Amino acid sequence: MTKKPKKRAIIAVLGKDKIGTVSKISSFMAKNSINIEEISQTIIKDIFTMIMLLDLEKSDLTIAELSKKLSKIGGEIGHEIHVHDEKIIKAMHRI
Amino acid sequence: MKYSIEEILETIEMIKSDKLDIRTVTLGINLMPASDNDYKKTIQNIEKLLLASAKDLVKKAKDIEEQYGIPIVNKRITITPISLVLNSSFTGHKKKDRAIALETAKIIDKTAKKLKVDFIGGFGCLVEKSIKYSDQIIIESLSEVLNQTERVCAFVNIGSTKAGINMRAVARMGGIIHKISLGKNGVFGCAKLVVFCNAVSDNPFMAGGFHGIDQGDKVINIGISGPGVVRRSIKNLPKDLALDEISKKIKNTAFKITRAGEVVGREIAQAIGVKFGSIDLSLAPTADEGDSVGEILELMGLEKTGTHGTTAALALLTDAVKKGGLMASSSIGGLSGAFIPVCEDAFLAKAVKEKALNIDKLEAMTSICSVGLDMIAVPGDTRSTTLAAIIADEAAIGMVNHKTTAARLIPVKGKKEGQNLKLGGLFGQAPIIKLHKQKSDQFIWRKGQIPPTITSFRN
Repeated sequence: MTKKPKKRAIIAVLGKDKIGTVSKISSFMAKNSINIEEISQTIIKDIFTMIMLLDLEKSDLTIAELSKKLSKIGGEIGHEIHVHDEKIIKAMHRI
Repeated sequence: MKYSIEEILETIEMIKSDKLDIRTVTLGINLMPASDNDYKKTIQNIEKLLLASAKDLVKKAKDIEEQYGIPIVNKRITITPISLVLNSSFTGHKKKDRAIALETAKIIDKTAKKLKVDFIGGFGCLVEKSIKYSDQIIIESLSEVLNQTERVCAFVNIGSTKAGINMRAVARMGGIIHKISLGKNGVFGCAKLVVFCNAVSDNPFMAGGFHGIDQGDKVINIGISGPGVVRRSIKNLPKDLALDEISKKIKNTAFKITRAGEVVGREIAQAIGVKFGSIDLSLAPTADEGDSVGEILELMGLEKTGTHGTTAALALLTDAVKKGGLMASSSIGGLSGAFIPVCEDAFLAKAVKEKALNIDKLEAMTSICSVGLDMIAVPGDTRSTTLAAIIADEAAIGMVNHKTTAARLIPVKGKKEGQNLKLGGLFGQAPIIKLHKQKSDQFIWRKGQIPPTITSFRN
């Protein structure tokens, strides 16, 4: 059997700095068995920016499904959430 | 972190603000197995083959769009040049055979609708050396086909570096374009027809795409775009930065967008179980703000596209795009360069309106960019011989320079030079361009073949 390709996603959460954003997102990940491998946050031009590298290997969700769910959550908390397969970030920024 | 925040935000910006997208995922399908002596069977087979080959295309493309977070704007199909597919189905009676061609086109159109693909290209023929009976029928059917179908796109290849230019075919196409323009969907009919010299067999873009006979049974070709991304990469550079530095910037950007396109293309090919063919990295403008090739040229320091220096700026741009693309992927194909479709590019359209850009400068620009005089609105009463002569000029540039050139001319019924043609949506609008008044009749009426140049004999 061929080895399944790794299911890894990168998400970026952008918006106003608010209490509870990180906890809301990370508890969603835990509930869906998604491992947060790396997390980094900063404020760029007054915009709260959080980047996460996620491992979906143990999750039932596909990256496309994750994207749909997160866009709903983003709407609720007033943040833009962008989801990309890690492969595209790697292709664009690593030779 | 494995990737810096800047890198990730750059990707997001490119997609969100600069409209980086996969412009088209095009499934090429070999229709030769559909061919039968009985035309009814051929048409049935074509329908079956298209439905079976492309049933998953749109859905899988949608899934991958969400997975990668990058929009895939168009899903399209290219087919084997139809004159080859229908060759053995024709009966030898011209009138009947034209009706067969039209019926085939209507079924293809209906099938494309059913499959939810935007366009289906390949209704055409290759006649650079001579016109076979089946080619003649297809060419003569184009006016009805393009006026009566919505998604069928046509092409005719009238010249090549190897064969020279078939001036009989060129003369014929002048008349055909004129005839199409008189139909009830004349403008869109003409917009769906590309006349080529050195047509490529893996072009994913429309209207000129077709599935060449050198291709496999099925193949996925990708067209990526991104004038907006290139624009951003040079927008904030110092005004006195040397041009080789600008070239470097554009190259880096082209590299990144090509890599993104290749990942997505391979994934789609795998998802629908067909071979991945090639990526065509072409800066294809749309009428959307910020999605213009003309603007990039003006950002390099030209007051208006079309003024002196435009050809040089375009040469730099096209070359940098090609080099970045070639370094990013070993599967670069199609046309790969910068498109200059006047209607679809707000800056080019404006330059024509302000008389900075004229037909002669556009022709000069096509000698170094892909792909030719594209989406050019001309007066409705333009002589067929003038249309043919424009095609001949364009083909000569392609033949001599070993490159693909094309003409997509739109004579607008009842309109004169300077008036506006509004196509709507992403097709945009443009003023009707001024053409030379002097006739080319006698030259076109000579017909015959313009022989290939000496550089074509390398064997």
